Amino acid sequence: MSVKQSRKARALNWADDRFGGAGILRTAMNKVFPDHWSFMLGEIALYSFVILLISGTYLSFFFVPSMTEIVYNGSYVPLKGVKMTEAYASTLDISFDVRGGLLMRQIHHWAALFFLIAMTVHMLRIFFTGAFRRPREVNWVIGSLLLILGIVEGFAGYGLPDDLLSGTGLRITEGIMLAIPVVGSWVSSLVFGGEFPGTEFIPRLYIVHVLLIPGIMLALIAVHVLLVAFHKHTQFPGPGRTEKNVVGYPLMPVYMAKAGGFFFIVFGVTVFMAAIATINPVWMFGPYVPNAVGAGSQPDWYMGFLDGSTRIMPAIEFTLINYTLSLNLLIPTLVLPGIMFTLLIFYPWIEAWATGDKREHHLLDRPRNAPTRTALGVMALTFYGILWISGGNDIIAVAFGLSINAITWTLRFGLFILPAIAFVITKRICLALQRRDRDKLLHGRETGQILRLPHGEFIEIHAPISEKEKAKILSKVDIEPLALPPATDRDGVAVPQSFRKRLQAKVSHFYFGDNVPKPSAAEIEAAEHHLQEIAENVEAPSH
Amino acid sequence: MSKDVSPYRPQPAEIEHEYRRADIDARAAKKAERQVALMFASSALFTVLFVVAFATIDATTVIGLPVFGDVYAFNVAIGVTMGLAIFFIGAGAIHWAKKLMPDVEVEEERHDFGSSAEEKAEIVETFKAGSADSGVMQRPLIRRTLLAALALFPVPLVVLLRDLGPGPGDERFRTMWSQGRRLLTDVSYQPIRPEDVPIGNLINAVPEGLHELEEEVKNLNERAKSVIIVVRIDPDEIVSQQGGTSEEPWDYNGILAYSKVCTHVGCPISLYEQRTHHLLCPCHQSTYDLADSGKVIFGPAARRMPQLGITIDQEGYLVARGDFAEPIGPSFWELS
Repeated sequence: MSVKQSRKARALNWADDRFGGAGILRTAMNKVFPDHWSFMLGEIALYSFVILLISGTYLSFFFVPSMTEIVYNGSYVPLKGVKMTEAYASTLDISFDVRGGLLMRQIHHWAALFFLIAMTVHMLRIFFTGAFRRPREVNWVIGSLLLILGIVEGFAGYGLPDDLLSGTGLRITEGIMLAIPVVGSWVSSLVFGGEFPGTEFIPRLYIVHVLLIPGIMLALIAVHVLLVAFHKHTQFPGPGRTEKNVVGYPLMPVYMAKAGGFFFIVFGVTVFMAAIATINPVWMFGPYVPNAVGAGSQPDWYMGFLDGSTRIMPAIEFTLINYTLSLNLLIPTLVLPGIMFTLLIFYPWIEAWATGDKREHHLLDRPRNAPTRTALGVMALTFYGILWISGGNDIIAVAFGLSINAITWTLRFGLFILPAIAFVITKRICLALQRRDRDKLLHGRETGQILRLPHGEFIEIHAPISEKEKAKILSKVDIEPLALPPATDRDGVAVPQSFRKRLQAKVSHFYFGDNVPKPSAAEIEAAEHHLQEIAENVEAPSH
Repeated sequence: MSKDVSPYRPQPAEIEHEYRRADIDARAAKKAERQVALMFASSALFTVLFVVAFATIDATTVIGLPVFGDVYAFNVAIGVTMGLAIFFIGAGAIHWAKKLMPDVEVEEERHDFGSSAEEKAEIVETFKAGSADSGVMQRPLIRRTLLAALALFPVPLVVLLRDLGPGPGDERFRTMWSQGRRLLTDVSYQPIRPEDVPIGNLINAVPEGLHELEEEVKNLNERAKSVIIVVRIDPDEIVSQQGGTSEEPWDYNGILAYSKVCTHVGCPISLYEQRTHHLLCPCHQSTYDLADSGKVIFGPAARRMPQLGITIDQEGYLVARGDFAEPIGPSFWELS
């Protein structure tokens, strides 16, 4: 080469000659990300996962995943001389004899809680804004799988220290395995290497927790993020934002600084929490022994809904010829979450089928503009919330001095009644907000200024709304429900398979039937004209 | 497909760009620059403080914090310094982006994801040609045997899991308890005399020999099944029991022994209300009536709490009359 290159240029050329990628890099650096606070929720989840990998790697240097019994002789005096497993002893060592070990343990646990909260709220954002619609259905599925895996991973981690709480959790896991029809005893015997608790389970759980599940999650997260980049981010409606563009800041430098900086914020806050707020103080619970349990013991928040469903399930158990079917465990711990997560995973297709809307969507819905979806979401959340509250029925009983039986019965009925009420209320609120939007377009916003007209009448002055707000409101897409298919064809012959179509039309009507349509262009023009007249009147009230 | 009946699309509107102070005022820009630099410098400072705290603070000192209670001073010191050191990097970067980097939004076009019709057709052609070349459709014998082989190939991977454990035997149907085996207190392993059991109290007990067995086998399997509770109820208040005759009753003068393992999911039960003789599981609130054969009176458990028949031996200590008559702990498929 004749032209002398700078060292940086030479390094870049070296890399590009071997890996190519200058084009990809250019595209990446110019990539545009729309700005909205709710788009950070997924980032929090991603960053928490990274923090979990970092802190988890540290912990693995010290944790001994073994159920071999030893006598504790570390520096935590109250447990000196107590028999316990190496898993529990090494957890105590991490907490008391490794400087910074306690901090790392607490970072790991706090990050796990943040990870699951962030994933959940991120999912709610995606749901309520309709970001799961074409072309993002598969990414919704990946996200749902990540949520499920996150719950399992969190529970596995919680079970590893072999303290009294985690051992009780494993005992419950064994009970649930036993409830599986036909193969339950086999599953339990194989997983535990014989009887509960045995000596095999924690080493096995450890490899599941540190290798198997995180490996799968890492792969899914990679695909999840790549798909976000490939599809380009969705955006909220606003001036200049259409289905055909994406408006925001370029990756280099603004988004890089904001998103990169945000990683450090999340990490910093997690470390700060771990510094001042004690979490899962395993030394206070003691080692696991099968004959002890703490009253009022609670699982981590994300397991609460399953604990709750188990608590309020009535005692139903069947004997089939010579075999026992424990529906009191099977339904709340396996069937119910199975149904919940199946509905979650398939929701994009359920809605697309029900509404017949199979177009691409890059502009997000405002939740009010999809009232049925929003109401269904709130309904599901209420259902989840009741289950979650049920997981603390004993705590509620103690805190408010109520009968646990009365609370449990209330929750049993509430589980079916309250979600229905939540659905109706949410839908009404959404439709009311739609009407309000329509009013704003047609009558402007209320200014709070009262004007007395010459003949004595008082009116409130309405002013036109801003262009920004107008664009937001006008982004609403009015959808006409599918018409009922003709029951007979042109020759009067009954059309076969019309049941499915009829059902689809009914569901479509359920989704869109009571939509409050946007005003037409003519109506808006008339309204603007009218508003202008008022404004002129106000300026020259003397006439 | 539903019809979109919207009369209107949002039109790109010209909105006047609002300039930030730092965009128009050099002094404000300088100030923002100093703020960002101060945050980065704070981060560096806290990293130094972290090292100092790590090296100097005693790891065992406990301090009281408002709201958070007693915590370790060392943990707080290294955590707060490390947390702030990390936090300020992020805070500085974001402040920089917000105040000084361009805040003009840019627009990027979206493109269709799908390939062109020609590309799709070409792929189908290539695939068909490849398929024809391989002859897979013309040779069903090869195709079917291959499918069979592929369908079966995961089988070894599943079969290889067989020796994860021994497979269920009769261990769920029996425990260590046997005729004449003494009841020992749970913690100190002392035999129990009837007069050691006052009315109202709940005593946790294990079978004699459990301790020695555990020393030998080094696991808690037997303990997980054989733990019991012993209570004394006024004999007049006992409504029914699960077994025994008038000559050989399962209680001893109102002293009753029950399994401690909940028949719901197997939590050890610990809450006993002496006035009502109710036993409550802390995990899912299944409630049993010990005065009435341990039957379930509330909660998700479906099976009564198994009773252990007891009596006294010649030396006057409580002993079992035999093993439980029914399996203890959670239900399972082969139970009945």
